[in-house]
Amino acid sequence: MSNQVMETMRSFTIAVVALSLIGLPFTQVGAVEVGSPAPTYSLPTTAGKVDSAGLKGKLVYVDFWASWCVPCKQSFPWMNEMQAKYGNRGLHVLAINVDGKQADADKFLGQVPAKFQIAFDPAGVTPRQFAVKAMPTSYLVDGEGRVVYVHAGFRESDQKSIEAAIVAALDTMKKR
Amino acid sequence: MKLMFRRLLLAIPATASIALLSGCAIQPPQPWEKANLARKEMTMDADPLDQAFTQHIYFSKESASGGYGVGGGGCGCN
Repeated sequence: MSNQVMETMRSFTIAVVALSLIGLPFTQVGAVEVGSPAPTYSLPTTAGKVDSAGLKGKLVYVDFWASWCVPCKQSFPWMNEMQAKYGNRGLHVLAINVDGKQADADKFLGQVPAKFQIAFDPAGVTPRQFAVKAMPTSYLVDGEGRVVYVHAGFRESDQKSIEAAIVAALDTMKKR
Repeated sequence: MKLMFRRLLLAIPATASIALLSGCAIQPPQPWEKANLARKEMTMDADPLDQAFTQHIYFSKESASGGYGVGGGGCGCN
């Protein structure tokens, strides 16, 4: 092989390595699973800000939703119910909106009442950190910031099992 | 020094061409990025009623059901 060809090949190798390094921050960090620490976040909400440190000690139901996601719409009344039912036991429902356009989220919220905290992440940083694989996906994060339950999707038949997980998590937190 | 310079000079167009070539296919949209894909205009069939009708004709004439996630033995009894 001529020197010139070798030289070009080497340049391409350098280029590929350089590009893969550029792409590194965009690849998903290890998946968030049960037992792993939940990613930290600080997001704007409908009123002020929310950050993970401020929710320490509470059982946080982190839900990722979007205005275009039909099952998300179905989950809202249920999340209202959960917040009302278990709020005084330490449950905090935090629904993170991932719409690119704020107007879409606002329109949705005008139609579907939400009696729990709504945060906005149009850039999609938190869903990437949480490694969301479906819409909606919810995570139960305990008082110490550990993920205790993950649920992808939302169907009416799922409600009971998620509620059972909430109750179980509240019970174990109480025992500690 | 001269070699380094030449290597660098070669690396720039190489980087640029790879970036351009892979520009469209770096990653598929993430689940939370499917706002446009979820729009009605993006469905294969515009009208669900029309789609149901077409499928009814299809499986009546072909004597087979399924192909769209429905199980069936193809007995022609639909």
